[in-house]
Amino acid sequence: MEIAPQSIEGGFADPVFNAQTVFRAVMDAMARPGSVQALPAFARPPAPLAATAGAVVLALCDNDTPLWLDPALQAAPAVKSWLGFHTGAPLANTPPDAHFALIANPAEMMALDGFSQGTQDYPDRSTTLILQVSDLASGTPLLLKGPGIETSTTIAPAQMPRHFVEQWKQNNQRFPRGVDIILATADSLACLPRTTRIKTMEA
Amino acid sequence: MRGQEARDQAERKAIMATLAQSPGDDIARLWSDAGLPSEAELLRGPETGLVTVRGRIGGGGAPFNVGEATVTRATVRLPSGQVGHCYTLGRDKQKARLAAIADALWQEPVHREAVETRLVAPLRAALVEARDRRHAETAATKVDFFTMVRGED
Amino acid sequence: MYVAVKGGEAAIANAHRLLADRRRGDRSVPALRLDQIVEQLALGVDRVMSEGSLYDRELAALAIVQARGDMIEAIFLVRAYRTTLPRFGYTKAIDTGAMLVERRVSATYKDLPGGQLLGPTFDYTHRLLDPELAAGGDVAEPLQRESEAEAMPRVSAILAREGLIEPDGEMSQDHIPGDITREPLEFPMARDIRLQALSRGDEGFLLALGYSTQRGYARNHPFVGEVRIGEVELELDVPELPFAVPLGSVRVTECQMVNQFKGSAKAPPQFTRGYGLVFGQSERKAMAMALCDRALRASELGEDVVAAAQDEEFVISHSDNVQATGFVEHLKLPHYVDFQAELDLVRRMRAEYDARENPAKVEEKREAAE
Repeated sequence: MEIAPQSIEGGFADPVFNAQTVFRAVMDAMARPGSVQALPAFARPPAPLAATAGAVVLALCDNDTPLWLDPALQAAPAVKSWLGFHTGAPLANTPPDAHFALIANPAEMMALDGFSQGTQDYPDRSTTLILQVSDLASGTPLLLKGPGIETSTTIAPAQMPRHFVEQWKQNNQRFPRGVDIILATADSLACLPRTTRIKTMEA
Repeated sequence: MRGQEARDQAERKAIMATLAQSPGDDIARLWSDAGLPSEAELLRGPETGLVTVRGRIGGGGAPFNVGEATVTRATVRLPSGQVGHCYTLGRDKQKARLAAIADALWQEPVHREAVETRLVAPLRAALVEARDRRHAETAATKVDFFTMVRGED
Repeated sequence: MYVAVKGGEAAIANAHRLLADRRRGDRSVPALRLDQIVEQLALGVDRVMSEGSLYDRELAALAIVQARGDMIEAIFLVRAYRTTLPRFGYTKAIDTGAMLVERRVSATYKDLPGGQLLGPTFDYTHRLLDPELAAGGDVAEPLQRESEAEAMPRVSAILAREGLIEPDGEMSQDHIPGDITREPLEFPMARDIRLQALSRGDEGFLLALGYSTQRGYARNHPFVGEVRIGEVELELDVPELPFAVPLGSVRVTECQMVNQFKGSAKAPPQFTRGYGLVFGQSERKAMAMALCDRALRASELGEDVVAAAQDEEFVISHSDNVQATGFVEHLKLPHYVDFQAELDLVRRMRAEYDARENPAKVEEKREAAE
């Protein structure tokens, strides 16, 4: 199949500087968990993939990083060929094979322990999850503590998975193994590395 | 796949092979001689990266990775909207851009013949000549065994 | 405690400037151009491509000039450069049977299909230095001979017809070739990963190990089934095209080493094989690689592991000359703090030794000091 034009357009206009800017935002967000990093819309991916999540994938993924797509994205051929053309990342057959997982519908996503957790010797081999959320303010408030956070901080990402805080506790317990999460809204991102501890504010 | 489509694909691939094998200077020279249009929007690249070359154990067995090679690629769009691609060994970005435009032009019926006769045909002739010459030079080093008759009877 | 010491910046900058000057040498001598190196030092370029694990003649030539002809330094430069490039993918496996052959010889069959083609070889030269080359005289054009294109099957196919040779190395259908540029080495390793490591391995190291197998350090009685050198075409599957895109051709050297094998509980008597495949024209390297590949299959074939060349961890861990040179050469960099610690330790041990062995002398010393 010849690739459709819509899958060729919408990549980084300035690949080097755009990728560096996105990388910097992800790095700062990982270093300071819960901090919100604003990002211009560098990428214009086909729906249902959103701009920031798409830009993060363009910056981080390449031929060496198998990528897993959630069912919502799996069902969109335009997204698959857009990602294929711009990153060359192979699609992982199963979540544990994935270096990165792109999730358009976090509320319905599978359990965190379904992804690669890394090994005791190579904890870096776990899957990094990129969750597409509408905002970081309207969901259940999460109280974050841990490395990179002076005392505590709060974010409230919308559409988070069910029992997320409980799942995250288990993720903490697997340390140094465990997944890291990038939360991407339309124009910003925040991160939850595996070292961050989470409590709900309501509890 | 329909027969015509398969033939078109094989022909397109053969043209890409000819362009990839040919020196960038030759492509640029023939391009200006032929007066082919070179206006195109760059959708990606030209950018240089690596491919990992694979061999097979024992020559025909399971694949293994031998090492990397530099490759430059480009994707362009003509003013008409036609998209063309190129991947070629080496780091010649001008060559990759022109070859991607050639790929796009070839897919347009109005340009196909010019691309084939004025660009690809001379490149192909030069490649065939070089190949034949190398073959003949190697053939001159072929060992013709003969048996020395020794002793009586 | 870790003590960082700063200094020497001016010395380093001046040393690099001096290096640039010495590299250029006498300005009245014309500077080398890269195309001169590519054309006239082609086998040096090939070695840098093979061990630098990057097929790009001009870059290899640049590395050779920049390294002042120090091959391992040039290989290091190429390795460093390749880490800066993104990877577009893995090519389809090359077909050496379809090679545009420039040289092909077999030591096992005189009359094999396609014949013996000597090509541009050093074999049968007299190894006499040629003063005419120094004078830069004209060189005659090579002769040509008309001949039909003839199929040149790999020599292993001939023995395979009799069932007297093992098949090409197969692995399970769903086996994904390992990649030492992405995954850390783990022992024991599969043959595909070993071959990747050997293909970029140091020619001198592999040559010495190959030689050791011939001298009896690992039972081995090899024949060159075939060496072939020539160009093969590369193709890459890409998401945007419905067919594998042709990339152009690369020159490779392939060696099929054939070894007698008396059989074991696992396999009947037959010929086994070692395989060598390297970038460029380098049959010494391809042959050494094939000898090492065969020796490293000892466990697989039920042979006793008794020699260095059969020891996978030993061979593969030490075959990479960039790693080796990095670790050996780092010894010359400042170790002042390390050494101070060792010095203290040795002084203390010496004092204890003296106190134990020669108490009178210690007493004398103390008095003299006072």
